[in-house]
Amino acid sequence: MSGSFYFIIVGHWLSTPPVFEMESLPAEKAESKDDHRHLNQFLAHAALDLVDKNMWLSNNMYLKPVDKFNVCFVSAFVTAGHMRFIMLHDIRQEDGIKNFFTDVYNLYIKFAMNPFYEPNSPI
Amino acid sequence: CESRRWRYGGALHAREVGASGARAKVSLSAFALLFSELVQHCQSCVFLVAELQVHLAALGRQVGAHVLDALVASEKGAQRETKVLGALLLVKGAMWKAFGKEANKLEQANDDACTFYIIGRQPLINTYISVPKEDSRFNCAGFTAGIVEAMLTHSGFPAKVTARWHKDTTLMIKFEEAVIA
Repeated sequence: MSGSFYFIIVGHWLSTPPVFEMESLPAEKAESKDDHRHLNQFLAHAALDLVDKNMWLSNNMYLKPVDKFNVCFVSAFVTAGHMRFIMLHDIRQEDGIKNFFTDVYNLYIKFAMNPFYEPNSPI
Repeated sequence: CESRRWRYGGALHAREVGASGARAKVSLSAFALLFSELVQHCQSCVFLVAELQVHLAALGRQVGAHVLDALVASEKGAQRETKVLGALLLVKGAMWKAFGKEANKLEQANDDACTFYIIGRQPLINTYISVPKEDSRFNCAGFTAGIVEAMLTHSGFPAKVTARWHKDTTLMIKFEEAVIA
Protein backbone atom coordinates (compact mmCIF):
# COMPACT_ATOMS: atom_id res chain seq x y z
CA MET A 1 0.00 0.00 0.00
CA SER A 2 1.72 3.12 -1.12
CA GLY A 3 1.26 6.39 0.58
CA SER A 4 2.27 8.84 -2.03
CA PHE A 5 0.57 12.17 -2.25
CA TYR A 6 0.78 15.04 -4.61
CA PHE A 7 -0.59 18.38 -3.60
CA ILE A 8 -0.93 21.45 -5.74
CA ILE A 9 -2.50 24.87 -5.33
CA VAL A 10 -3.80 26.41 -8.50
CA GLY A 11 -4.81 30.01 -8.88
CA HIS A 12 -7.10 31.67 -11.31
CA TRP A 13 -5.14 31.79 -14.48
CA LEU A 14 -3.51 28.65 -15.75
CA SER A 15 -0.83 30.31 -17.80
CA THR A 16 1.16 31.15 -14.71
CA PRO A 17 2.98 28.46 -12.76
CA PRO A 18 1.00 26.87 -9.95
CA VAL A 19 0.99 28.69 -6.69
CA PHE A 20 2.34 25.79 -4.72
CA GLU A 21 3.35 22.27 -5.43
CA MET A 22 4.49 19.52 -3.16
CA GLU A 23 4.76 15.81 -3.35
CA SER A 24 5.63 13.13 -0.90
CA LEU A 25 6.58 9.69 -1.99
CA PRO A 26 7.14 6.74 0.26
CA ALA A 27 10.71 5.81 0.94
CA GLU A 28 10.88 2.58 -1.01
CA LYS A 29 9.97 4.07 -4.34
CA ALA A 30 13.26 4.74 -6.01
CA GLU A 31 12.04 5.06 -9.57
CA SER A 32 12.46 8.17 -11.57
CA LYS A 33 10.34 10.84 -10.08
CA ASP A 34 10.25 12.93 -13.21
CA ASP A 35 7.81 10.71 -15.02
CA HIS A 36 5.48 10.70 -12.12
CA ARG A 37 5.71 14.40 -11.65
CA HIS A 38 4.62 15.12 -15.18
CA LEU A 39 1.81 12.71 -14.90
CA ASN A 40 0.73 14.11 -11.58
CA GLN A 41 0.64 17.63 -12.86
CA PHE A 42 -1.30 16.51 -15.87
CA LEU A 43 -3.84 14.67 -13.77
CA ALA A 44 -4.30 17.57 -11.42
CA HIS A 45 -4.96 20.01 -14.20
CA ALA A 46 -7.23 17.62 -16.02
CA ALA A 47 -9.36 17.39 -12.94
CA LEU A 48 -9.75 21.16 -12.81
CA ASP A 49 -12.67 21.10 -15.19
CA LEU A 50 -14.52 18.73 -12.95
CA VAL A 51 -13.65 20.86 -9.98
CA ASP A 52 -15.03 23.92 -11.66
CA LYS A 53 -18.20 22.13 -12.45
CA ASN A 54 -18.66 20.85 -8.93
CA MET A 55 -17.72 24.13 -7.42
CA TRP A 56 -21.04 25.70 -8.17
CA LEU A 57 -23.06 22.80 -6.93
CA SER A 58 -22.29 22.96 -3.26
CA ASN A 59 -21.49 25.61 -0.73
CA ASN A 60 -18.83 23.58 0.97
CA MET A 61 -15.24 24.30 0.43
CA TYR A 62 -14.19 20.69 0.56
CA LEU A 63 -15.33 18.73 -2.49
CA LYS A 64 -15.23 15.01 -2.12
CA PRO A 65 -12.99 13.08 -4.47
CA VAL A 66 -13.94 14.52 -7.79
CA ASP A 67 -12.10 12.19 -10.10
CA LYS A 68 -10.42 8.86 -10.30
CA PHE A 69 -7.65 7.86 -12.60
CA ASN A 70 -6.55 4.23 -12.51
CA VAL A 71 -5.60 4.00 -8.91
CA CYS A 72 -5.28 7.67 -8.03
CA PHE A 73 -8.04 9.64 -6.46
CA VAL A 74 -8.24 13.36 -6.99
CA SER A 75 -9.70 15.47 -4.20
CA ALA A 76 -10.28 19.15 -4.31
CA PHE A 77 -10.86 22.04 -1.95
CA VAL A 78 -11.95 25.42 -3.20
CA THR A 79 -11.47 28.52 -1.10
CA ALA A 80 -13.71 31.55 -0.96
CA GLY A 81 -11.36 33.36 -3.25
CA HIS A 82 -11.53 30.51 -5.78
CA MET A 83 -8.08 29.19 -5.17
CA ARG A 84 -8.11 25.48 -5.80
CA PHE A 85 -6.23 23.00 -3.70
CA ILE A 86 -5.91 19.68 -5.47
CA MET A 87 -4.57 16.50 -4.01
CA LEU A 88 -3.74 13.26 -5.75
CA HIS A 89 -3.62 10.32 -3.43
CA ASP A 90 -3.49 6.59 -3.62
CA ILE A 91 -5.23 5.74 -0.43
CA ARG A 92 -8.83 6.59 0.12
CA GLN A 93 -8.63 8.64 3.24
CA GLU A 94 -11.22 11.37 3.30
CA ASP A 95 -10.99 12.58 6.86
CA GLY A 96 -7.26 12.88 6.83
CA ILE A 97 -7.33 14.71 3.54
CA LYS A 98 -10.05 17.02 4.76
CA ASN A 99 -8.08 17.90 7.87
CA PHE A 100 -5.03 18.47 5.79
CA PHE A 101 -6.94 20.78 3.50
CA THR A 102 -8.31 22.71 6.43
CA ASP A 103 -4.89 23.14 7.92
CA VAL A 104 -3.47 24.30 4.64
CA TYR A 105 -6.37 26.68 4.24
CA ASN A 106 -5.68 28.29 7.58
CA LEU A 107 -2.04 28.64 6.72
CA TYR A 108 -2.92 30.03 3.34
CA ILE A 109 -5.15 32.69 4.88
CA LYS A 110 -2.44 33.81 7.22
CA PHE A 111 -0.02 33.87 4.36
CA ALA A 112 -2.33 35.68 1.98
CA MET A 113 -3.08 38.43 4.46
CA ASN A 114 0.44 39.61 4.01
CA PRO A 115 0.04 42.83 2.05
CA PHE A 116 3.16 42.24 0.07
CA TYR A 117 2.02 38.92 -1.26
CA GLU A 118 0.85 39.21 -4.82
CA PRO A 119 -2.22 37.03 -5.30
CA ASN A 120 -1.64 34.04 -7.58
CA SER A 121 2.09 34.30 -7.33
CA PRO A 122 4.14 31.21 -6.52
CA ILE A 123 4.74 30.44 -2.88
CA CYS B 1 4.57 57.16 -5.78
CA GLU B 2 3.66 53.58 -6.55
CA SER B 3 5.72 51.97 -3.84
CA ARG B 4 4.55 54.29 -1.12
CA ARG B 5 1.00 53.69 -2.17
CA TRP B 6 1.62 49.95 -1.94
CA ARG B 7 2.96 50.24 1.53
CA TYR B 8 0.12 52.38 2.78
CA GLY B 9 -2.45 50.17 1.17
CA GLY B 10 -0.77 47.14 2.64
CA ALA B 11 -0.57 48.51 6.13
CA LEU B 12 -4.14 49.67 5.90
CA HIS B 13 -5.56 46.36 5.00
CA ALA B 14 -3.50 44.61 7.59
CA ARG B 15 -5.25 46.93 10.03
CA GLU B 16 -8.62 46.24 8.58
CA VAL B 17 -8.19 42.54 8.76
CA GLY B 18 -7.02 42.94 12.30
CA ALA B 19 -10.14 44.92 13.01
CA SER B 20 -12.43 42.38 11.46
CA GLY B 21 -10.81 39.31 12.95
CA ALA B 22 -12.40 38.17 16.12
CA ARG B 23 -9.16 38.08 17.99
CA ALA B 24 -7.60 41.43 17.53
CA LYS B 25 -9.06 44.87 17.72
CA VAL B 26 -7.25 47.76 16.22
CA SER B 27 -7.35 51.21 17.70
CA LEU B 28 -9.62 53.60 15.91
CA SER B 29 -7.08 56.37 15.93
CA ALA B 30 -4.51 54.17 14.25
CA PHE B 31 -6.94 53.32 11.51
CA ALA B 32 -7.99 56.94 11.10
CA LEU B 33 -4.41 58.05 10.90
CA LEU B 34 -3.51 55.48 8.31
CA PHE B 35 -6.53 56.20 6.21
CA SER B 36 -6.02 59.93 6.26
CA GLU B 37 -2.40 59.43 5.26
CA LEU B 38 -3.58 57.25 2.43
CA VAL B 39 -5.98 59.87 1.19
CA GLN B 40 -3.44 62.62 1.44
CA HIS B 41 -0.91 60.58 -0.39
CA CYS B 42 -3.34 59.82 -3.18
CA GLN B 43 -4.17 63.48 -3.36
CA SER B 44 -0.57 64.33 -3.95
CA CYS B 45 -0.43 61.99 -6.92
CA VAL B 46 -3.43 63.20 -8.84
CA PHE B 47 -4.83 66.42 -10.17
CA LEU B 48 -8.52 65.74 -10.43
CA VAL B 49 -11.00 64.61 -7.86
CA ALA B 50 -12.26 61.84 -10.10
CA GLU B 51 -8.80 60.41 -10.38
CA LEU B 52 -8.53 60.38 -6.64
CA GLN B 53 -11.51 58.10 -6.45
CA VAL B 54 -9.97 55.86 -9.06
CA HIS B 55 -6.78 55.57 -7.07
CA LEU B 56 -8.63 54.87 -3.87
CA ALA B 57 -10.64 52.21 -5.63
CA ALA B 58 -7.49 50.56 -6.93
CA LEU B 59 -6.10 50.40 -3.43
CA GLY B 60 -9.37 49.08 -2.14
CA ARG B 61 -9.24 46.35 -4.72
CA GLN B 62 -5.93 45.12 -3.43
CA VAL B 63 -7.28 45.10 0.09
CA GLY B 64 -10.36 43.22 -0.97
CA ALA B 65 -8.42 40.52 -2.74
CA HIS B 66 -6.43 39.76 0.36
CA VAL B 67 -9.21 40.12 2.83
CA LEU B 68 -11.87 37.94 1.24
CA ASP B 69 -10.68 34.59 2.52
CA ALA B 70 -9.89 35.95 5.95
CA LEU B 71 -13.36 37.44 6.28
CA VAL B 72 -15.10 34.27 5.23
CA ALA B 73 -13.04 32.22 7.62
CA SER B 74 -13.60 34.50 10.57
CA GLU B 75 -17.31 34.56 10.03
CA LYS B 76 -18.61 31.49 11.87
CA GLY B 77 -20.51 29.11 9.69
CA ALA B 78 -19.93 31.02 6.52
CA GLN B 79 -19.46 29.00 3.40
CA ARG B 80 -18.16 29.75 0.01
CA GLU B 81 -20.86 31.59 -1.84
CA THR B 82 -22.28 30.07 -4.97
CA LYS B 83 -25.08 32.50 -5.58
CA VAL B 84 -24.90 36.15 -6.43
CA LEU B 85 -27.27 37.08 -3.65
CA GLY B 86 -25.20 35.16 -1.15
CA ALA B 87 -22.08 37.02 -2.13
CA LEU B 88 -23.85 40.34 -1.86
CA LEU B 89 -25.15 39.49 1.57
CA LEU B 90 -21.68 38.58 2.66
CA VAL B 91 -20.46 41.94 1.51
CA LYS B 92 -23.30 43.72 3.21
CA GLY B 93 -22.93 41.89 6.47
CA ALA B 94 -19.42 40.78 7.18
CA MET B 95 -17.48 43.42 5.39
CA TRP B 96 -19.42 46.36 6.66
CA LYS B 97 -19.25 45.01 10.14
CA ALA B 98 -15.53 45.44 9.92
CA PHE B 99 -16.16 49.13 9.52
CA GLY B 100 -18.87 49.47 12.11
CA LYS B 101 -22.37 48.19 11.71
CA GLU B 102 -24.12 46.35 8.93
CA ALA B 103 -25.09 48.30 5.88
CA ASN B 104 -28.60 49.53 5.84
CA LYS B 105 -30.07 48.45 2.57
CA LEU B 106 -29.43 46.17 -0.32
CA GLU B 107 -31.61 46.90 -3.32
CA GLN B 108 -31.90 45.82 -6.87
CA ALA B 109 -32.50 48.27 -9.65
CA ASN B 110 -35.86 48.01 -11.37
CA ASP B 111 -34.86 48.30 -14.95
CA ASP B 112 -31.60 46.45 -14.92
CA ALA B 113 -31.23 43.01 -13.41
CA CYS B 114 -27.49 43.36 -13.22
CA THR B 115 -27.42 46.40 -10.97
CA PHE B 116 -27.64 46.45 -7.21
CA TYR B 117 -27.30 49.19 -4.68
CA ILE B 118 -25.95 49.06 -1.19
CA ILE B 119 -26.87 52.03 0.91
CA GLY B 120 -25.56 52.86 4.27
CA ARG B 121 -23.44 55.13 6.29
CA GLN B 122 -19.82 54.36 6.66
CA PRO B 123 -18.95 55.37 10.13
CA LEU B 124 -15.25 54.81 10.00
CA ILE B 125 -14.33 55.90 6.56
CA ASN B 126 -16.10 59.19 6.24
CA THR B 127 -16.05 60.39 9.79
CA TYR B 128 -12.51 61.52 9.88
CA ILE B 129 -12.13 62.88 6.41
CA SER B 130 -13.26 66.46 6.01
CA VAL B 131 -14.10 67.50 2.51
CA PRO B 132 -13.52 71.07 1.37
CA LYS B 133 -16.54 72.75 -0.13
CA GLU B 134 -15.32 72.84 -3.66
CA ASP B 135 -14.94 69.09 -3.70
CA SER B 136 -18.39 68.28 -2.46
CA ARG B 137 -18.74 65.45 -4.89
CA PHE B 138 -15.81 63.64 -3.48
CA ASN B 139 -16.33 60.64 -1.33
CA CYS B 140 -13.90 58.30 0.29
CA ALA B 141 -16.34 55.53 -0.34
CA GLY B 142 -14.31 54.91 -3.44
CA PHE B 143 -12.07 52.90 -1.20
CA THR B 144 -14.93 50.75 -0.02
CA ALA B 145 -16.09 50.40 -3.59
CA GLY B 146 -12.72 48.91 -4.45
CA ILE B 147 -12.91 46.42 -1.63
CA VAL B 148 -16.38 45.31 -2.62
CA GLU B 149 -15.39 44.96 -6.24
CA ALA B 150 -12.43 42.75 -5.40
CA MET B 151 -14.48 40.60 -3.06
CA LEU B 152 -17.18 40.02 -5.64
CA THR B 153 -14.81 39.45 -8.52
CA HIS B 154 -12.68 36.97 -6.65
CA SER B 155 -15.73 35.05 -5.55
CA GLY B 156 -16.47 34.42 -9.18
CA PHE B 157 -18.99 37.21 -9.87
CA PRO B 158 -17.26 39.84 -11.95
CA ALA B 159 -18.64 43.26 -11.21
CA LYS B 160 -17.91 46.94 -11.33
CA VAL B 161 -18.58 48.99 -8.27
CA THR B 162 -18.86 52.75 -8.13
CA ALA B 163 -19.55 55.01 -5.22
CA ARG B 164 -22.10 57.74 -5.23
CA TRP B 165 -23.09 60.21 -2.64
CA HIS B 166 -26.67 61.00 -1.76
CA LYS B 167 -27.48 61.63 1.83
CA ASP B 168 -25.78 58.37 2.61
CA THR B 169 -23.14 56.58 0.73
CA THR B 170 -24.43 54.50 -2.12
CA LEU B 171 -22.43 51.80 -3.82
CA MET B 172 -23.65 50.90 -7.25
CA ILE B 173 -22.74 47.34 -8.16
CA LYS B 174 -23.02 46.31 -11.75
CA PHE B 175 -22.46 42.66 -12.56
CA GLU B 176 -21.44 41.41 -15.92
CA GLU B 177 -24.08 39.83 -18.09
CA ALA B 178 -22.79 36.32 -17.64
CA VAL B 179 -23.27 36.44 -13.92
CA ILE B 180 -26.97 37.07 -13.91
CA ALA B 181 -27.92 34.76 -16.72
